[in-house]
Amino acid sequence: MSQATEAGPATARPARLPPTTDDGFVGWLRKNLFSSIGNSITTIVVVAFLVWLITWFVDWALLHATFRAETGKDCAKSSGACWALIGEKFRYIFFGSFPYEQHWRPLFAIITMIAMLLLSSDRRMWNWRLAVIWPVGSFITFLLMFGQIHIPVTLIFLVALIAGLGGFLLRRDVADQGERVAYMALMAIGAVYLVLRILGVLPGLAIPIAPFSYVETGLWGGLAVTMILATYGLAFAFPYGILLALGRRSNLPLIRGLCVGFIELIRGVPLISLLIMASLMLPLFLPSGMNFDKFLRAQVAVILFAGAYIAEIVRGGLQSLPKGQFEAADAMGLNYVQKTVFIVLPQALRVVIPPLINTFIGFFKDTSLVLIIGIFDFLSTSNQALVDPLWTGYPGEVYLFAAAVYFFFCFSMSRYSKYLERELNKGTQR
Amino acid sequence: MAVRNLDAAPTVIELDQVNKWYGQFHVLTDIDLQVKQSEKIVICGPSGSGKSTLIRCINRLEEHQAGTIAVSVDGRRIELTSDVKNVEAIRKEVGMVFQSFNLFPHLTILDNLTLAPIWVKKMPKKEAEDIAMGLLRRVRIPEQAQKYPGQLSGGQQQRVAIARALCMRPQIMLFDEPTSALDPEMVKEVLDVMIELAGEGMTMLVVTHEMGFARSVADRVIFMDRGEIVEQGPPTEFFANPRNERTRTFLSQILHH
Repeated sequence: MSQATEAGPATARPARLPPTTDDGFVGWLRKNLFSSIGNSITTIVVVAFLVWLITWFVDWALLHATFRAETGKDCAKSSGACWALIGEKFRYIFFGSFPYEQHWRPLFAIITMIAMLLLSSDRRMWNWRLAVIWPVGSFITFLLMFGQIHIPVTLIFLVALIAGLGGFLLRRDVADQGERVAYMALMAIGAVYLVLRILGVLPGLAIPIAPFSYVETGLWGGLAVTMILATYGLAFAFPYGILLALGRRSNLPLIRGLCVGFIELIRGVPLISLLIMASLMLPLFLPSGMNFDKFLRAQVAVILFAGAYIAEIVRGGLQSLPKGQFEAADAMGLNYVQKTVFIVLPQALRVVIPPLINTFIGFFKDTSLVLIIGIFDFLSTSNQALVDPLWTGYPGEVYLFAAAVYFFFCFSMSRYSKYLERELNKGTQR
Repeated sequence: MAVRNLDAAPTVIELDQVNKWYGQFHVLTDIDLQVKQSEKIVICGPSGSGKSTLIRCINRLEEHQAGTIAVSVDGRRIELTSDVKNVEAIRKEVGMVFQSFNLFPHLTILDNLTLAPIWVKKMPKKEAEDIAMGLLRRVRIPEQAQKYPGQLSGGQQQRVAIARALCMRPQIMLFDEPTSALDPEMVKEVLDVMIELAGEGMTMLVVTHEMGFARSVADRVIFMDRGEIVEQGPPTEFFANPRNERTRTFLSQILHH
């Protein structure tokens, strides 16, 4: 009955390459665009449409466009686009009502913010460097925008106290003797000053830094406003949303209830209503004399709103983690904070990069809603540019221009999301 | 394996009348168990018999609802209560290896090993890395230190998981079906590491169906069914004349096929 199994060659076969299928350009065309009659017809129709559309656009936007004109009437002589309008209005569109001769300030503020964002997007900066980049970048940005900043001395000592306390608590076990002494010195100096200040021994001084003329937030406008609202809105909403998401999964019912309540409440109302509430109703509840800046209130509203959305996205990431990851971390004796920081969040956030960036893009555009409470962001300054009676009749050009600027930022974020996914998954996949 | 005198050794794990329920389901019933230092115990039984739950109670991945569990750490008897301090003290001394490895996929092999020593034991990074590299050599994959778990085979991943647990210098090791998720040709490389570890005097509790391993390494084999310890004894006796009917049925199912 027994039958010898057929033995293969004793030595391994030489490796064979897959068959090559390169048919050249014509072959590719035939295979992909003209494989059947229906396919060929579709190809021809779509190509004809694209050609028509592109010729029309080039004709309108370039060949027959007016690039220089005194008023809108000059544009009417030609059938093309009136780009002269953008040339006339671009400073208002970018900088709003900021004093005209000071426009270089918001320009450099925008450049500073872009530099700050570009630096933070590099993964090699994700360490203590971020803690330098953001305070320095923000200080420059707001000094340029306000023109003058008065730093209370108390704040400096408060920062010293917090830095010393944080360093002491977080690095207690790894720091050497000198570093520990430095932390304790920082804490002591901060604590002593604050106690003396509270007792009224020391006067409440402020360090005035006033290189430029003061410009109040009511005069801010254009791209700088959009960028500040979006950048700081998301920069604060991101950690805040993570905390909310963690809180929603907490074992403590009170914390969990609070986080669920907050998330559902904020998600249940439109952003506009939150903005109106922040600008009109909040002042009614505050004690008289106490007044927060309208811009700051809008900023807080954006943070609260974005935070609730980010929290739900992060929660999705947290739930995607296998239970074994938590168990392994527990079994090794990691405590909650260590487990969350080293094991849970790095994996959870990686999973949610696409929806997270999607939300970021959405909120970048949603900042234009602040128009409703009289803050002039980029879209509303674009709108305002159309009001000039000398330049009526060319809204398309302005909106196209505004759309191009928005597209630049949103597309950059989208590409960054792709890059980040690839970068973070390097090596972790087979 | 040479017969060793375990009677003189101190008891390191003590379970006394431990009970646990999942909802209405009684998963552990009146479990009594004493484990001596450097004793190797193999726990077997049909699926759902509570054997995994039993060892997971020892480092409190599962919480028992009645009875007491105590672990001796450096001669000090620590009882498992809801006191987080006790739980942390025990987890530091008890290493665990899982069926599905549970390596951290976003960290390199070396970082997987050094994370807990650095942050839980507050060990300097350099020292932790030296210990980790030593352990990776012992499990015979030092060249993989800079790779990520996803780039390794199942057998290699499980050896890394063993090294990761050992990196904390535990006194006790728990193995929860360490070879069940492996392809057959990789089972041996993991068992070899475990046999070596047993030879060095580690206290081990192993949930497994590898009866060859039980025969050659175990000091005691425990058979569990429906949440109870049905029978236990030295492997020679256990395999030669199982006393209980349920044990005989189980052994015939897994040994003769």
